[in-house]
Amino acid sequence: MNDKKWIVLGLILFVGLFSFPFWFNVGKAAPAPEVVLTEQAKAAKECVMPTDFMKTEHMQLLDVWRLKVVRDGVSQFVNADGKEFDMSLSNTCLDCHSNKAEFCDRCHNYASVNPYCWDCHIDNPKGDK
Amino acid sequence: MADETPKAEELIQIDHRPPAKQWMDVPVNIRKGMYCYASNPKSVEYLGLPNARPWNPIEEDWKLPENWQQILHEGFKERLEKFRSIKVFMDICVRCGACADKCHFFIGTGDPKNMPVLRAELLRSVYRNDFTLMGKLLGRYAGARPMTIDVLKEWWYYLFQCTECRRCSVFCPYGIDTAEITMFGRELLNLLGLNIDWIATPVANCYRTGNHLGIQPHAFKDMIDFFCDDIEEITGIRVEPNFNQKNADILFITPSGDVFADPGTYTAMGYLLLFHFLKEKYGLNVTWSTYASEGGNFGSFTSHETMKRLNAKMYLEAKRLKPKWILGGECGHMWRVITQYMDTMNGPADFMEAPVNPITGTRFENAKSTKMVHIAEFLADLIKHGKLDLDPSRNDNKIVTFHDSCNPARGMGMLDEPRYVIKSVANHFFEMPANTIREQTFCCGSGSGLNAGENMEERMAGALPRSNAVKYVHEKHGVNMLACVCAIDRAALPAAMDYWVPGVDVTGMTELVANALIMPGEQERTTDLRGEPLPGMEEADE
Amino acid sequence: MNKFYMSSLLAIFALALIAWVGAPALPWLFGIVLPYLAVAVFVVGFVRRVMGWSRSAVPFAIPTTGGQQRSLPWIKQAKFDNPSSKTGVFVRMALEILTFRSLFRNTRMKMNEGNRLSYHLEIFLWLGALAFHYAFLVTLLRHMRFFLEPVPGAIQMLEAVDGFFRLEILYDSVQFGLPGVYMSGLVLLAAAAYLFLRRLFIANMRYISLPSDYFPLLLIMGIAFTGILMRYFTKVDIAAIKQLAMGLVTFQPSIPAAISPVFYIHLFFVSVLLAYFPFSKLMHLGGIFLSPTRNMLANTREVRHVNPWNYPVKVHTYEAYENEFREKMVEAGLPVDKMPESAPEEMTEEEKE
Repeated sequence: MNDKKWIVLGLILFVGLFSFPFWFNVGKAAPAPEVVLTEQAKAAKECVMPTDFMKTEHMQLLDVWRLKVVRDGVSQFVNADGKEFDMSLSNTCLDCHSNKAEFCDRCHNYASVNPYCWDCHIDNPKGDK
Repeated sequence: MADETPKAEELIQIDHRPPAKQWMDVPVNIRKGMYCYASNPKSVEYLGLPNARPWNPIEEDWKLPENWQQILHEGFKERLEKFRSIKVFMDICVRCGACADKCHFFIGTGDPKNMPVLRAELLRSVYRNDFTLMGKLLGRYAGARPMTIDVLKEWWYYLFQCTECRRCSVFCPYGIDTAEITMFGRELLNLLGLNIDWIATPVANCYRTGNHLGIQPHAFKDMIDFFCDDIEEITGIRVEPNFNQKNADILFITPSGDVFADPGTYTAMGYLLLFHFLKEKYGLNVTWSTYASEGGNFGSFTSHETMKRLNAKMYLEAKRLKPKWILGGECGHMWRVITQYMDTMNGPADFMEAPVNPITGTRFENAKSTKMVHIAEFLADLIKHGKLDLDPSRNDNKIVTFHDSCNPARGMGMLDEPRYVIKSVANHFFEMPANTIREQTFCCGSGSGLNAGENMEERMAGALPRSNAVKYVHEKHGVNMLACVCAIDRAALPAAMDYWVPGVDVTGMTELVANALIMPGEQERTTDLRGEPLPGMEEADE
Repeated sequence: MNKFYMSSLLAIFALALIAWVGAPALPWLFGIVLPYLAVAVFVVGFVRRVMGWSRSAVPFAIPTTGGQQRSLPWIKQAKFDNPSSKTGVFVRMALEILTFRSLFRNTRMKMNEGNRLSYHLEIFLWLGALAFHYAFLVTLLRHMRFFLEPVPGAIQMLEAVDGFFRLEILYDSVQFGLPGVYMSGLVLLAAAAYLFLRRLFIANMRYISLPSDYFPLLLIMGIAFTGILMRYFTKVDIAAIKQLAMGLVTFQPSIPAAISPVFYIHLFFVSVLLAYFPFSKLMHLGGIFLSPTRNMLANTREVRHVNPWNYPVKVHTYEAYENEFREKMVEAGLPVDKMPESAPEEMTEEEKE
């Protein structure tokens, strides 16, 4: 049948597209990103919430913070341990994690996440490294 | 038979809701009026087809051969290799239901197994059981069931409640064609000798005498001569058709149904007048054949092989008579066969010339391989070039609508040619609603060999959607004439019109042309070909 | 009937349970072995099925003509619905595959008062199907962010488009919308739910539906649901998930610790879908390309289609025919090829005519 070659071609194309991730990544190690903690962060030992929570829920936390501050005028956050924090991305988060490129961006880039935090906030409010 | 048929008011009370039970649990009920009689064993035997025997669909015992399940299984398997269509259609249906209410038999009966999807599932369920992993593993949960005598009876009943009209295939997102499935299913049934007689006997007739009606050559000529007498009476002209003449310009083949019964006969008279006109005026020489005296092909409702055996006569006769090309008359499934099967089966027809209209010089490019032109294409070309002398006012008392026959519409795409011809010869033309014409046309309900007398309820139910659309234009525009380009339509639709839309007659396209055609040297016509007074001639008639 | 969709529903719950219980104990099975197996079954099964189709012959050219044929030059041809050129077929197939053209024609029959039948445009099946398939495609493509490193710009762009609406709900009690909402996932779930409910609530649809119709829909709903759950509700460690995915596609599989069981349910559903695919109606993905009523040229009177298994058949020859009817033919004045001995001479005149 003279259409067989077209069918085979179509199948090759299909399997090629389907297996795209396999050959696109050939020869790449692509290890999981390692986030760098600044000295200050290391010294603090603990973030505003436990690390596991922060890993998965930090965006939600920031969103709530924003709501509280902007809409409700509340500016203090008390965590489970009773510690108080200023609900501020620039002043609290970026105070410890002043290395956005090695901390925030590593994972965000890896997972292709493009948060709109930086539409308003500047990376490095304190201006130091 | 017809007396037992329910009245139209009863038949239209249709319940489209399915039964509560799952369809595999609803046993088939072969009901009088909804099936055709079993094939006559003599006809089956004459063709050398297997398992000829007398049997009766409503009896318990169908007298099947011992190993019938094996025959079916092997027949199925063989055809899966031979027809990709079947294999793909068995595998890919998602049961989206788009086809369900597209079938005239479902609309007309409300029987859910007439939804094209379920008609196919009848076969698919067995396919899954016999040929797929899922079916073997999960059985009924995968929609599989083994072949039993009840399943076989269900196949038979519902495969002969499909007219292979292909309307469902227009709507199917994968183009699954129930006509293909029905053809395949019937082919399997024929392995067990399970045909209906309204197909088997015409096929045997056609094989022997050249036409479905079994008209022998001398009788064929007699019948046409009889038309010539009628024509002489109406027009004062004696037409002299040629039969079996060698080296004519054109060989003409048309369904024998039009030679046999009204109102097809008027279309046959139309052909005779047209050819006489063309001969007188342009010297065109057309011959009829008594050997290939059938355009239709009931073999196509039997099996692909039988289709080929009957169809072979067209090219064989063309080879013998040496016309330049073949002109085909008005017929539905004939044109499906010619368009999509003939050249492949019995071609190449390299002994003929690529068809050129000798009068207009038009090359029928679209028919250059089969060498076979449709009379509507031929007429449209002649009319477009002003080669016919026409007086459309002679059809003024006919308010016409056009019924696209299934096969020319969905197996060919001949939609505008007949409309052009009809509009050129009739002044009053109205289309039926858009969803019921052209590629969405509804079947007459009697196609694919179901035009028998004993299944009148089935036929009338199947004709409901078409008739309902006719009724609409009948009431809205006063349409009184349903034109078509199909001999089975002409045989089937008059009954449907009488039943559903009294007051509408059925005509062929060429009949309308011949009414309007001004013959050289004709007397003043007072009646149309039916002997009914022409407009303004009502007085003269008395 | 009920048992058909109930069985499918139960199957879905059973699968979820298996993954939920099994994955924490055997993460390598659900995270590595089964996904690899599923992909292998999918690819091999898909190719085998299509090659199986390709091995079957296409004896006849049987396009369904959906419009005016090419005939006389002054009659306008429906070039795509009744294609006589390869371009026409290509466009027809493209419209069919990309826009579900045939389904777009869908009508609903209705019996009105006065026994008048009508056929209205019924667009919802088309709309639902189109939404379902495109949402699925977009969802699939944007998942490439887990399988490609670096993530190509095209995928990022797709994500941006998909997240265009920035749907966010934020109250003390309800938080929804971070990370940014993708329309595709929601549309996928909604469309699949529509297609499922349609089967459930339209009597004739329920009548024709098999477990194999409910099951894939429910499975895909399950996939969409767990996906949405993970993204917006029970958050998961996305970097760890990408690590697992990248491990798979670089053939250096590893199981990062502490991935939520919901993820394993999601992954297991996808694995089941992949493995189930080649043996199911889902093969319409490949089948539509091979449907002879759509992919064939409708120039069947112009170009001869060759049947590879065409074989000679028994025919009733003219000779046999004349032999049977010769006397009668001659008597009726019909020309014959072979004159009987006693044939009257005058017949030849009529023959010449």
